[in-house]
Amino acid sequence: MTIQSERHVLVVFPHPDDEAFGVSGTISHFRQEGTPVTYACLTLGEMGRNLGNPPFATRESLPEIRKKELQASAKAMGLDDLRMMGLRDKTVEFEDDEEMVQMMTTLIDETNPSLVITFYPNYAVHPDHEATARAVVRAIRRMDAADRPKLYAVAFANNTVDNLGEPDVIHDIQHMRDAKMGAMRAHISQTAWMLEEMDKRLAEGEPEAENWFTYERFYTYKWNQDFEESF
Amino acid sequence: MELVDVTTLQTHLSSFENEAVYIHLETTNGAYASHFNENVFNSGAFVRNVQITYELAKVVGESPHRVGLKMTHGWVYAQGITHFEMDNEGRLLMAGHDQSGKLAVALQISRTPFSY
Repeated sequence: MTIQSERHVLVVFPHPDDEAFGVSGTISHFRQEGTPVTYACLTLGEMGRNLGNPPFATRESLPEIRKKELQASAKAMGLDDLRMMGLRDKTVEFEDDEEMVQMMTTLIDETNPSLVITFYPNYAVHPDHEATARAVVRAIRRMDAADRPKLYAVAFANNTVDNLGEPDVIHDIQHMRDAKMGAMRAHISQTAWMLEEMDKRLAEGEPEAENWFTYERFYTYKWNQDFEESF
Repeated sequence: MELVDVTTLQTHLSSFENEAVYIHLETTNGAYASHFNENVFNSGAFVRNVQITYELAKVVGESPHRVGLKMTHGWVYAQGITHFEMDNEGRLLMAGHDQSGKLAVALQISRTPFSY
């Protein structure tokens, strides 16, 4: 499907590299069109486990490495409004829930997005993803329905298709292949093993591996089936 | 980081005995463990910038090693330590990396708080 034009796109994820696999083609497309995109990344992925053996980083040197990778990914996507929000990896769900909603409300008020992209609550597997998604949905729910931006959500829990059906938004991002590859390679400390696996599958002629560079899939958030009644 | 040399690591550990130090201790099997395999029980623990004073420290076992810190009223220990580094800020960083290079456990000791 054709990617709809937007006024401003706000992307909210908790980890450097969350944008790379599912959204970097879409972000790159908007940037190429001249659409402003803000990426708010809540943590610096301080708890990443892929440190190699022998390790290339320590627990204390990793945040600076991942910060540089995030900045390189933004550059690969042509993104010039990267916000690093200063939370710590794997602690997002323990933050004060109201303060999390306020963080999202402030981002939305400031950027006035026509489209927000985050994870889908209850279908995003990692506790940080879930906490981020909850805060974004709650912030938008508080807006008058007429003023709400569109909300596209990434879902990848094993029960996603059983419960939500197939994604209703499918972006063909083949024209952004190089930019997306750049974003994925920028996060090499976390993506190396996945890229190796992908190269192997491509070499074996498996078309499935093309998917990362063919389509990006989202669910329009279902406000009539909200994940909670109120907050 | 380098592979644990027991004598060297023991010397570093002992150098912090009987003074107030900050510790970082974590163990994890990764947030996605039960997503990829539903038979895996996801568990982990994380402590950062808790201050302790230990009177005795020991590194024991063949690699992966166990490191134990004995306090007046308790214990801290970590199992699975493979690598260590005395970093340029005088902090003793210990970690256990599995065969695929994933961090499984970390124990760190510092005279000043670790960054938030």
